Amino acid sequence: MELDELYTQVITENSRSREHRYQMQAPSVVKEGVNPSCGDEITLQLELDGDVIKDAAFIGDGCAISQASANIMIDLILGKTVEEAKALSGTFMGMIKGEVTDEDSLESLEDAQAFQGISHMPSRVKCAVLGWHTLEEALKGKDGNT
Amino acid sequence: MTDAEIRSLFPELMNERDGRRMVYLDSAATSQRPSEVIEAVGSFYANDNANPHRGTYLEAEKATEVYEEARNRTASFIGAESRDVIFTRNTSEAMNLLAYTWGAENVGAGDRVVITIMEHHSNLLPWQRLCRMKGAELVYLYLNDSFEITDSEIEEKINADTKLVAFTHVSNVLGVMPPVGKIISRAKETGAVTVMDCAQSVPHMKVDVNELGADFIAFSGHKMFAPFGIGALWGRDELLESMPPFLSGGDMIEYVREQDATWAPLPQKFEAGTQDPGAAAGLLAAISFMERIGMDVIAQRERDVYDYALSRLSELDHVEVYGPADRERFGAIPFNVKDVHPHDTATVLSADRVCVRAGHHCAQPLLKSMGLNSCCRISFSVYNSREDVDLLCDSLKKVRGRLGL
Ligand SMILES: [Zn+2]
Repeated sequence: MELDELYTQVITENSRSREHRYQMQAPSVVKEGVNPSCGDEITLQLELDGDVIKDAAFIGDGCAISQASANIMIDLILGKTVEEAKALSGTFMGMIKGEVTDEDSLESLEDAQAFQGISHMPSRVKCAVLGWHTLEEALKGKDGNT
Repeated sequence: MTDAEIRSLFPELMNERDGRRMVYLDSAATSQRPSEVIEAVGSFYANDNANPHRGTYLEAEKATEVYEEARNRTASFIGAESRDVIFTRNTSEAMNLLAYTWGAENVGAGDRVVITIMEHHSNLLPWQRLCRMKGAELVYLYLNDSFEITDSEIEEKINADTKLVAFTHVSNVLGVMPPVGKIISRAKETGAVTVMDCAQSVPHMKVDVNELGADFIAFSGHKMFAPFGIGALWGRDELLESMPPFLSGGDMIEYVREQDATWAPLPQKFEAGTQDPGAAAGLLAAISFMERIGMDVIAQRERDVYDYALSRLSELDHVEVYGPADRERFGAIPFNVKDVHPHDTATVLSADRVCVRAGHHCAQPLLKSMGLNSCCRISFSVYNSREDVDLLCDSLKKVRGRLGL
């Protein structure tokens, strides 16, 4: 993979964005995610209203890929139901594994499509999925189905 | 020998990809191997392959000969007796061996094990586990602001309760040496046993166990041009004699009855099961290689590249180099590009085939004490040159731009 495809403007700008990067007042769910191999860390905070993600934020320390991916993820899941957020996460993971390739599904990921090429860089895949993986952990058992 | 001549002895360094050679700056993680080591391993399996110490036919005897010759050469390389050199898989295994034998028998509740804050996890976790198991206290020698362990730190921490002091010869992150002589003489005063992690020194400088004065030293073959999977533990004869075996199994026994057994003499007592004579053949070739080049030449080439790298890096805007500037350092230099996470720096460098390590370098407590989560690290071996440093610096200049800064 070429560096231009990896460090796109979308990714570099999101990696430094402060939009969703803050400590929430009273989150209803807090989940920490760590990449033991490279030390990327995020703490994801969600405020759930019934099964709707009313607010979300994160704090973290890590590479541009992990931090940008978390920021873009929060853009996507704000206002979504738990089930919709889980579906997005499934699509994102599928895209990274190269299993989800159809345009409509990819469209639903909006800016998060920027990470599609990372599947060619196995050492950085963990960085891209850290936020989504943490989200899945945070949402476990939150929609009554699992 | 010229830079190009030395590089040409290492096949991996001659591979071109996209018309570019690899600039390998990660030798503290593992070294590259010269052709003669690779060939020695192949030749063992082609010509001498059998299980050592078993069988009376020619190949079995040749395998035993290679394996024991590797031990003899390893011993003379560090000024030791062969029977006191135990082959392990790596430094981690050597430290575990000590923790579970000498440690388990001699460290108890209320005792102290002292290590330094610079330890690699392989010389930290075995002691941490031992202390938790026994109710002993794990105490750290910290660095002051000049990255030094002061005399008072040593005198205060190594006290009469201290049973064992384990410390690295050279830090795998900072490249600094702790005050070896002072630590060992203080430990001798208080009656503590000393263990040195020499994984980052044996590949780069002449190490003689008699000069060091420690009770045990351990190092890994793969950091000194040998294959993966073989390393060595050296210990004082009387201490090794007094210790129980670590792993049990084939080859480490004298006599086995249904309910008990007696152990083989040193060093077999500590080498249970089939060993790795192929790797030993490689280690033998690696030591021959180092002796042929000359440890003084290796040390002097590395000194030149290290000092050149320190000065080139300090000239770069936006590059922050960690560690003391006023002291002799060896092997490794930690740094970061300002506002860029080390993983991203390493990824950008790797596009130019410049190989550096990013992360916590298996020394998390050290990095935390420096206020860092992670950093980049370059580290050197005999095959590195000033040109490698220049290529690194050229590539480093691109990093911030790539990240949109
Ligand atoms: Zn990362």
